[in-house]
Amino acid sequence: MSTADQYFIPEPSRWPIVAVTGLFFTVLGIALWVNDVNIGPYSVILGMLVVAYLFFGWFGDVIDESLSNKYNKEVDRSFRQGMFWFITSEVFFFASFFASLYYFRNISLPYLGGEGHLGESHILWEGFKYSWPLVNLPDGTNYTQLKEPMGAAGIPAYNTAILLTSGVTLTWAHWALKKGSKGQLMLGMFLTIALGVTFFALQAYEYMHAYKEMGLTLNSGIYGSTFYMLTGFHGLHVTIGTIMLIVITVRCAKDHFTKDNHFAFEGVAWYWHFVDVVWLGLYIFVYWL
Amino acid sequence: MSAVIHESDLNSEAHHHGPPTGFKRWLYSTNHKDIGTMYLIFALVMLFLGGAMAMLIRAELYMPGLQIVNPDLYNNLVTDHALIMVFGLVMPAAAGMANWMIPMMIGAPDMALPRMNNMSFWLLPAAAILLVSSLLVQFIPGTGTPVNTGWTLYPPLSVQVGLGMDLLIFSVHLLGISSIMASINIVTTILNMRAPGMTMMKMPLFVWAWFFTGLLLIIIMPVLAGGVTMLLFDRHFGTSFFDAAGGGDPVLFQHLFWFFGHPEVYVLLLPSIGVLGMVIPTFSRKPLFGYKPLVYFMGFLFALGLIVWAHHQYTIGMSLGATTYFMIGTILISIPVGLMIFNFIFTMWRGSMTFETPMLFAIAIILMFSFAGVTGVMLAVVPADLQYHDTYFVVAHFHYALIPGAVFGLYAGVFYWLPKWTGHMYDEKLGKIFFWWTTLSFNLTFFPQHFSGLAGMPRRIIDYNIQYIEFNQISSIGAFLFGLSHLLFLYIIIKTVKGGEKAPAKPWDGAQIGTPGLEWTLPSPPPFHSFTTPPEVK
Amino acid sequence: MDLSMLKPIAVTRALASLVLVTITSTAFAAYDLNLPEPAAPLTRQMFDLHMLTTWIATIIMVVIIAIVGYAIIKFRKSKNYEADQNFHTSAFGTWSWILVPVIVLGIDLTIAGSAGDALKAVEDYSQKNDVTIKVIGSQWKWTYEYMDDGIKVVSNMLPEEKAGKHYLRAVDNPLVLPVNKRIRLLHTATDVNHAWWVPEIAYKKDAIPGYINETWTKIEKEGTYRGQCAELCGTGHAFMPIVVEAVSEEKYEAWKAKQKMALAQAQAEASSDKVWSKDELYSKGEKLYNTNCAACHQANGAGIPGVFPALAGSKIATGDKAGHIDIVLNGKAGTAMAAWGKQLNDLEIAAIITYERNAWGNNKNDTVQPADIKSARK
Ligand code: HEA
Ligand code: HEA
Ligand code: HEC
Ligand code: CUA
Ligand SMILES: [Cu+2]
Repeated sequence: MSTADQYFIPEPSRWPIVAVTGLFFTVLGIALWVNDVNIGPYSVILGMLVVAYLFFGWFGDVIDESLSNKYNKEVDRSFRQGMFWFITSEVFFFASFFASLYYFRNISLPYLGGEGHLGESHILWEGFKYSWPLVNLPDGTNYTQLKEPMGAAGIPAYNTAILLTSGVTLTWAHWALKKGSKGQLMLGMFLTIALGVTFFALQAYEYMHAYKEMGLTLNSGIYGSTFYMLTGFHGLHVTIGTIMLIVITVRCAKDHFTKDNHFAFEGVAWYWHFVDVVWLGLYIFVYWL
Repeated sequence: MSAVIHESDLNSEAHHHGPPTGFKRWLYSTNHKDIGTMYLIFALVMLFLGGAMAMLIRAELYMPGLQIVNPDLYNNLVTDHALIMVFGLVMPAAAGMANWMIPMMIGAPDMALPRMNNMSFWLLPAAAILLVSSLLVQFIPGTGTPVNTGWTLYPPLSVQVGLGMDLLIFSVHLLGISSIMASINIVTTILNMRAPGMTMMKMPLFVWAWFFTGLLLIIIMPVLAGGVTMLLFDRHFGTSFFDAAGGGDPVLFQHLFWFFGHPEVYVLLLPSIGVLGMVIPTFSRKPLFGYKPLVYFMGFLFALGLIVWAHHQYTIGMSLGATTYFMIGTILISIPVGLMIFNFIFTMWRGSMTFETPMLFAIAIILMFSFAGVTGVMLAVVPADLQYHDTYFVVAHFHYALIPGAVFGLYAGVFYWLPKWTGHMYDEKLGKIFFWWTTLSFNLTFFPQHFSGLAGMPRRIIDYNIQYIEFNQISSIGAFLFGLSHLLFLYIIIKTVKGGEKAPAKPWDGAQIGTPGLEWTLPSPPPFHSFTTPPEVK
Repeated sequence: MDLSMLKPIAVTRALASLVLVTITSTAFAAYDLNLPEPAAPLTRQMFDLHMLTTWIATIIMVVIIAIVGYAIIKFRKSKNYEADQNFHTSAFGTWSWILVPVIVLGIDLTIAGSAGDALKAVEDYSQKNDVTIKVIGSQWKWTYEYMDDGIKVVSNMLPEEKAGKHYLRAVDNPLVLPVNKRIRLLHTATDVNHAWWVPEIAYKKDAIPGYINETWTKIEKEGTYRGQCAELCGTGHAFMPIVVEAVSEEKYEAWKAKQKMALAQAQAEASSDKVWSKDELYSKGEKLYNTNCAACHQANGAGIPGVFPALAGSKIATGDKAGHIDIVLNGKAGTAMAAWGKQLNDLEIAAIITYERNAWGNNKNDTVQPADIKSARK
C-alpha cells in the first residue's frame, strides 16, 4: 500500500533520451539495411542493445519507485489510463490491417475479377478469376506461386485453444494474487508463459511449413501479404507479451506485488488479453472465413 | 477525483525550488514547462526550415522555366515543406503550449507521466534528423530517386523512390510514436490530474480542444503507421499491397493515408480554436459565448472528422453511394465549425473590446479561416471538386486553413502567453506591426492562387505555362514579404525573453473571465513547480 | 538563382494586374479568374455548381465580415462600451446553439441537393456510347487507344521551340475526337498514378495502374482543348500535357481512315520477314526513340545523372545484344524503365535498339532485326 500523499514527479531522468537514441539507431539501421548499406545491421544491433539497456534501466527505476511507495492512488490511475490509451492505439494499428484485408476481399479484388463499380478493370487482366484465398494472381510473373492456402484446422485451431486457455490461466493467476495465494499465482503464471511459448513455437513451425511446402510467402500475392502482415505483427505482440509476462513473474516471485497494488501485473494482463482478442479476429478473418 | 497535493515532491532535487542546472536540465527534463519550452523552440526552428523550403518553392515558381532546382528536388522540397510544417511546426508548437498551459490551467503539479513526456519531445529531433537526411541523401550518388511524391506518399510512385523514402518512412514512425505518447500523456493528465473542484465542464476551452486533439491522434497515427509499414514491405519484402498484378490496390494506401490525413487537419486546427477560446473572451471582457455547445460540437467535429476522409479522393473512382456519403458528411462539418465561428463572434458581440496583438490575430483568423472553410465546402462538392482537385485552388484552400486556422492561432497564443512564460511584456507596437505585415502579405501570397487554380494550373509542378505568370509572381512576392515578416517575429520573441516591462501575474485585465483557468493565479513567470499547494476550485 | 529573372517589367505588370484583379470586374475576363468556358454538358453542370457555391461562399463571407465589422466598430472599450455580461444567458444565448446549426444545415442541404443532381449525371453510364477511348498514362506521356477502330495515338509533349506560347500545354499527336458524340473514356496507367484532365470538356479522373476508371463526355464545339496531368507522377509530372482536337464528324472519319492506312502499312512492314539495312533501322529508330525514350534518356542519350542512366556509352547499350534486347523488352521491375515489349512491335523495338547501338558514339556498327526480337520474346 502506498503511503505517498502527493503526486510523484520523477527527478530528471536519462532514460527518455536513451530510449530515443536506441530507437533512432534501430530505425536508421533498418532503413540502411534494406538498401544494402553495409553499416545498417551494425546500427540496428547498436540500437537494440541500447534499447535492452534502457528497459532494464527505466523499468528498474520504476520498480524501485514503486517498491519505495512513491506512487499514490493517483499515479496508479495515471498508469492505468496511460495503458488503456496505449492499447487503444494498438487496436487502431491492427484495425488498419484488418480494414485492408476487408478492402481487398470485398472491394478491390472483385473489381479485378470484373465485378462492381470498377469491374471494367477486368479487361486488363483477362482470364483472372477472383476467389479467396487468392491462389491465381492477376499477373504472377513477379510473384511466388501459392500452392495451397492456409486452412483453419490443425495448428491454427490448436493455437486458438492455447491462447484462450492462457487467458484463463492468467486470470486465475490474477485471482490468486488478489487472494494472496502465492502458489497458485506462480503456477498460473508459469502455465500462461508456457502456453505463450508453445503458441510461438507452433506459429514458427507453421511459418516454416508455409514457406517451404505451401508456397505461401510474403511474395505470393495479396493473400500472402495480408496473411503475414497480420499474423506477423500479432506474433510480434505475443513475443513482447511473453517477455513482459516473464518479467512480472519474476516480480511475483520476489513479492513485489500486494493484493491491491499491482498495476504492472494488471497492465501486462490487459495487454495479454488484447493480444488474445486480436488472435480471435485473426482466426476468424484470416484462417477461417 | 484528485488527491491532495502538498509540497511538490519528496526527492531532494526538487526541494531547492529551482531547476536543475546544465545540459541535464534539458536532456533529462521531467518538467512540463521546460519540455514545453523545448517544444516551442523546436517548432520555431522548423518554421524557419520549412519556410526556407517554401521560399525556394516560390522562388522557383516566380518565373516559368527551370531556374533553381531540378524537378525531383522541387517535389522533394514540396514533400518536406509540408511534412516539416505539419509535423515539425504546428503539432510541436501546439504540444508545447499544451505542456506549458494544461497543467497550470487545471491545477496539476505536472504532466501525468513526466518521463514519457520528455521522450515524446526528444523523438522529434531524431525524426527531424531522419527527415532532413531523406532530403540530403539524394546528393550521394547511387541512392536512387529523391522523395518526389508529395507529402501524401502515394504508391506506386513512392515504391520507385530510393533510400530517401525509407528514411522518411521511419521518420514518420518516430513522429507517430512521439504524437501518440504526447497524446496519451495529455489525455491522461486531463482526465486524472485536475485540481479538486475543477470538473470537466469547468475546464478552459483550450484544455477541451487538446482533449479531443489527443483522442484523434491516438486513433489516427497508428493507421498512418500501418500504411507506411505496408509501403515499406512493398518496397523491400516482396508484398503486393499496392500492386494490382499481385492482387493489391494503390488506392488502399490513399484510404489509409487520408483516414489519418483528414482528422489530422483538425488536429492542427483544434489547439488554435482552443487558443481563440481563451483570447477572445479576454479581450472582449465577457465570458465565452455558449461554452457548453462549443464543447459538445467539438465532440461532434471529432466524430464527424473521423468518417469523411475520402473527400480527398473523389477522383479515384468510388461508387455513387460512397461518393455521396463522403460528400454529405464533409459538407456537414460546416455545422460544428460554423457554430464555433459564430460563438466566437457572439463572444465579441456586446463586449468591451480592445485590440492587442492576440486579439487582432483572433479577429483576422475568424475572417480568414471562415474563408478557408467556405472554399473547403466548395471542394467538398464532388462534381465541382472533379475540376478543382489537384490544382492551386486546393493549395489556396489549405494554406488559408493551415496558416490562419493553425499557425496564426499559435501566434495568437504566443503573444497571449509570452508574458506568462517569460515574465516580460512583449513590445505591443512591434506586435501590431507584425500582425499587419503577416496578414497582408499572407493574403497577397495565397489569394491569387485561387485564380491560378481555377484557370487550370495543377499543383506540384515545377514549371508552368506563361498564362499563369501574373498570379505566380504576385504569389512569390507575397511569400517573400511573408517570409521576411518572420524575422520580426523572431526579434520580438528574443527581445521579450531578454527583458522588457515586468509582467504581472495576470497581464490581461479581461483574462479569466468566465473560466476558472488557474494559470493566471501563478506569478509570471511561474515557479519551476507549478502548484506546490493544491489549488481549490469552487 | 538567376537574378535576371526578377525582371522589373514583369514585377510591375504583376502588381498592376493585382490592382486590376482586386478593383475592376473587367479583369475577370482578361485574367482568367474563373474556370474556363465549358464545352460539354457535364462540365457546364459543374461550372454552374461552381458558380452556385461561389456565390453562397461570397454571401456567407459578406455576412460574417459585416457582423464582425459592426462589432469591432461598435463594441470597443475605447468608446466606453460596457460589456454585457449577461448576453450569453439571454434568450438568444440560450437558443443560438440550435439556431446556428439549423441555418447552416439549411445552406448545406441546398448545396448538397444541386450537387446530387450533377453527380447523378456524372455517374450515368447507362447510355450508348459512340466512341470508346482507352486513355493510358505512362511516365510521361499519354497513349490513346481507339477501342473500336484499333487506332493508337502516342502523345508526347512538344519542346519549347515548337510549342511557343503553348509550351507545357502542347503535344505532338493530339487526341482527335468528333463533336456531338457521346464519348466514353477508360482511364488507366502503366506505371504510377496519373490523372487525365481537360477542364473545358472533361473532368479529372485518376489513371491507376491495374484498374480502369470510366468517364464520359460530349463535346459541343469544334476546337483545341488543352489540359495537363493532374496527379503527381514523378520527375516529369509538369511535362505531361494533354491536347484534344475536337473536329466535325466528317473530318473525324477522314482522320480515322488515314490513321488506319498508316497502321496497316506499319503492320505489313513489321510482319514481313524482310531483313532491314542498318540505315533503315537507324532512321526509323531515331524517330521512335525520340518519341518513346527521350523523355527519360534524353534525345542526346545522356540521361539525367542519378535518375535515368545515360545510354551513350552505357554498358548495356554497348554490350551484347541479348542483354540490350532484354532490358528494352522486359524493362526493369521496380524502376521507371517499362517493359516496352507490351507497347511496341518487333520492328519498332529492333529499330530503337539498332539506333541506340549506333547513335551518340555507341559505334557498335551492328543491327538488331525484328526476327531477333521475335525469338527473344519466347
Ligand atoms: C487546418 C487545416 C484544414 C482545415 C480546418 C480544413 C477544413 C476543411 N476542408 Fe480542407 N484541406 C486541408 C486542410 C484543412 N482543411 C489540407 C492540408 C488539404 C490538402 C491536402 C493535400 O491534398 O495535400 C485540404 C483539402 C481539402 C479537400 C480536398 C480537395 C482536393 O484535393 O480535391 C476538401 C474536399 O472536400 C476539403 C474540405 C474541407 C472542409 C469541408 C473543411 C471544413 O472543416 C471547413 C468548415 C468550416 C467552415 C465551413 C467555415 C465556418 C462555417 C460557417 C461560417 C458557417 C456557414 C458555412 C456554410 C453553410 C458553408 N479540404
Ligand atoms: C502548416 C502547414 C503549412 C505552412 C505553415 C505552409 C506555409 C507556406 N507554404 Fe505550404 N504547403 C503545406 C503546408 C504548409 N505550408 C502543405 C501540406 C503543402 C502540400 C504539399 C504537397 O503537395 O505534398 C504545401 C504546399 C505548398 C505549395 C505548393 C507547391 C506545389 O504544389 O508545387 C506552395 C507554393 O506556393 C507553398 C507555399 C508556402 C508558403 C509561401 C508558406 C509560407 O507561409 C511560409 C512562410 C514562413 C517563412 C518563410 C518562415 C521562414 C523565414 C525565413 C527563412 C526568413 C528568410 C526570408 C526570406 C528569405 C524571404 N506550400
Ligand atoms: C520513364 C522513364 C524511362 C523511359 C521512357 C525509358 N526508360 Fe530506359 N531506363 C529507365 C531507367 C530508370 C533505367 C534504369 C533501370 C535500372 O535501374 O537498371 C533505364 C535503363 C535502360 C537501359 C539500360 C541502361 C543501362 O546502362 O543500365 C536501356 C538500354 C534502356 N533503358 C532503353 C530504353 C529504351 C529503348 C526506351 C524507349 C523505348 C526507354 N529506355 C525508355 C527509364 C526509362
Ligand atoms: Cu502524369 Cu502527372
Ligand atoms: Cu480533409
